[in-house]
Amino acid sequence: MAQSINNEELVMVHTYEIEAGNFTLAGEAASNIKKLLRQIGIDTKIVRRVAIAAYETEINMVIHSVGGIMRLEITPKEIVLKARDDGPGIEDIELAMQEGYSTATELARELGFGAGMGLPNIKRCSDKLHIQSELGQGTYLEARFFL
Amino acid sequence: MKIRTIKDLLDARLIVGEDFLDNEVLYACGSDLMSDVLAFVKEQTVLLTGLNNPQVIRTAEMLDVSAIVFVRGKIPSPDIIQMALERDIVLLSTEHTLFEACGKLYEGGLRGR
Repeated sequence: MAQSINNEELVMVHTYEIEAGNFTLAGEAASNIKKLLRQIGIDTKIVRRVAIAAYETEINMVIHSVGGIMRLEITPKEIVLKARDDGPGIEDIELAMQEGYSTATELARELGFGAGMGLPNIKRCSDKLHIQSELGQGTYLEARFFL
Repeated sequence: MKIRTIKDLLDARLIVGEDFLDNEVLYACGSDLMSDVLAFVKEQTVLLTGLNNPQVIRTAEMLDVSAIVFVRGKIPSPDIIQMALERDIVLLSTEHTLFEACGKLYEGGLRGR
């Protein structure tokens, strides 16, 4: 869904609904994000970084959350990936940022995920990462990629 | 190394992507853990894996991985093959184990990074 917003800086906004527990569909939003960024001529190295971060974020939401919304904002200066879900929240963000720390289910592991590499990888790919979370409330993630 | 050479070295069966057999790959990665693959793999890489699900194709797509080798004779389901077809990703299947397949490609001159 594209929309123009009355803001000089904001060129493009796209939102994607992420369904919890749907491992077949997981990655569809990231795939669309990658195609979109390619189409509008973003540098391939940046496209790759945004795609990896979006995919990891999407997988996290599918595995851990009860569902949520991912939003992509593109301005002349940066690409911003925002993700908001409705729970269950991250108990200890610092711990979750450590490579190898995971609370993923056995099913997620069978699919090749849940190795505790997701958040560290999102951090590695982005220029700036902000995560806000409250147990029982939900999680908000904002990753910035400078153009 | 050309994908065609990888196919020959591994006595692999081509599942999809005949048009891209002459494309070059620079690196190889053998793993069943997509989390690790996402964290370390560069572009123009061939991914060798024993994992057989749609997320393997998704992972390859995000990373611009040009070819996937399924080891131990695994053949992906039609929907997975269709996903690869739409994304111009070559799929190969070899009877060798992950260890042996990686060893053969290393012997052939391909490196990890």
